[in-house]
Amino acid sequence: MRFEPRHSSPHLAPVGNVGRLMFAVVAALVPGTAAAAWFFGPGVLVNMAWCAATALAAEAAVLRLRQRPVRPALADGSALVTALLLGLALPPLAPWWLPVIGAAFAIVVAKHLYGGLGYNPFNPAMAGYALLLVSFPREMVAWLPPGDGGLDLSAVLHYSLAGTLPPGATLDALTQATPLDTLRTQIGLGRPVAEAMASRPDLFARVGGVGWVWINGLFLLGGLWLLWRRIAAWQIPAAMLGALGLLALVFWLLDPARHAPPLFHLFSGATMLGAFFIATDPVTASTTPRGRLVYGAGIGVLIYVIRTWGGYPDGVAFAVLLMNMAVPTIDHYTRPRVFGEEKGR
Amino acid sequence: MNRGPYGEIAYQGLWGNNPAFVQILGLCPLLAVTSTVVNALGLGLATTLTLIASNVIVSAIRQWVRPEIRIPVFVMIIAAVVTAIEMAMKAWFFDLYNILGIFIPLIVTNCTIIARAEAFASKHPVGQSLADGLFMGLGFTGVLLLLGAMREMLGFGTLFSQAHLMFGEALRDVALTVIPDYRGFLLAILPPGAFIGLGLLIALKNIIDARLERRRRPVPVTGPAPAHGH
Repeated sequence: MRFEPRHSSPHLAPVGNVGRLMFAVVAALVPGTAAAAWFFGPGVLVNMAWCAATALAAEAAVLRLRQRPVRPALADGSALVTALLLGLALPPLAPWWLPVIGAAFAIVVAKHLYGGLGYNPFNPAMAGYALLLVSFPREMVAWLPPGDGGLDLSAVLHYSLAGTLPPGATLDALTQATPLDTLRTQIGLGRPVAEAMASRPDLFARVGGVGWVWINGLFLLGGLWLLWRRIAAWQIPAAMLGALGLLALVFWLLDPARHAPPLFHLFSGATMLGAFFIATDPVTASTTPRGRLVYGAGIGVLIYVIRTWGGYPDGVAFAVLLMNMAVPTIDHYTRPRVFGEEKGR
Repeated sequence: MNRGPYGEIAYQGLWGNNPAFVQILGLCPLLAVTSTVVNALGLGLATTLTLIASNVIVSAIRQWVRPEIRIPVFVMIIAAVVTAIEMAMKAWFFDLYNILGIFIPLIVTNCTIIARAEAFASKHPVGQSLADGLFMGLGFTGVLLLLGAMREMLGFGTLFSQAHLMFGEALRDVALTVIPDYRGFLLAILPPGAFIGLGLLIALKNIIDARLERRRRPVPVTGPAPAHGH
């Protein structure tokens, strides 16, 4: 009899430790992060540094308050991964307090107030992101145009720390909406999708947003590596991307003028980052094989719904949080049959 | 520690059996109107008045109300009191009445009030019931004020803004700007901020209680057992 190594508790075979797992995740994030920094400037890395510093400090402080050993918990890298994911989700030009508040909330409230690593029902990075999106909508949509952010490291640091921009630059002139946001606005104005995309060649490439295609493609690559290493469960990203793509395909075939093509959805915003790195968080995701399919598909559907009919520019964070809430129910109904147990009893 | 009946009532209402901290009753108004101190104070005082009036009436007629029909009787008494208070607020604090809106008539559904009528007023004499209504109301108002202050400071960076709604034009300038040039922190104003804030306050109360308990441990507790609301 062969034990499937990724089943829930009684069958869990030791596959490395949390630390090795988390650092493999960090390694898999590198190519996509590099692309994000290439297209949106050093602000991406500055955000991630703020998040990482805050998250590690908050983790240490809370562990000390809870009288738990600090060093092993810091070394396992789970706080670091939370921080990096949050940093990647933030707009590339942000005042310092934005990543700091988000990371502190993610670690202190979303993770430790629920009991710490392994007990938190909500994905901490996405909880932090949702807090920021709800509380500071203005700062959270300040995305830079892709290609040349135009700001070097010192300018970004100046903005992050003091809120000042180089002479002659204004925030409104520098920042613009993301492709997802722009397309939604244009559709809302009644313009056909193809025309809206063709009229902004600086923003839209052939399948997705300029730059976003590369970023998503490289996150996809890192994610596939994680699947190959058997660190992430394949069911979640497969079901999530499948559901999102399928739903987008159906609506696009029905009315291509009012709905973005499926490839645009798959390669825009945080789709790939969400599918492979955020939704697969082993603590907050479903743990049964069938449950993972349901969980992933639910996220995919919710992302499409929020992007198309919702009020926010992207839907990954809310979709993941909503499905996190459904995980106990999903796990309950998809529990694998115990050997010898008869159906319907 | 012997406090006597009234001391015990005061202690239970303000701290030991605080309706918001310990019984966790009346959450709906507690969470809905505590976005500023003045709103919190307005609703807190209205609730306190209702509690006092309903406790006194329920206690005064407790000999004649048959137990089988006591709940409908309590509900009708409370509804009558709330209606009177609503009309009084509409007459004298019209702006505040507009802000608090539906939550004034909704005091009728605040479980604290029927809980006190059922658990206390229907079993105790008028004087003690009055004290219970007063202190339960003040305990509730205190929590509303704390939560309101927390949320107003975090959310708007001010304290006591719009005080003129309650105290007249003379106090319009009492509003404090705690954090100048504050950009606002929307979450504190939104319902999640109320839940998180209340959770933190309850945690703080538990810490204080644990500390007091530890300090008292050497002396055996001989006071009356806490009268629980349910």
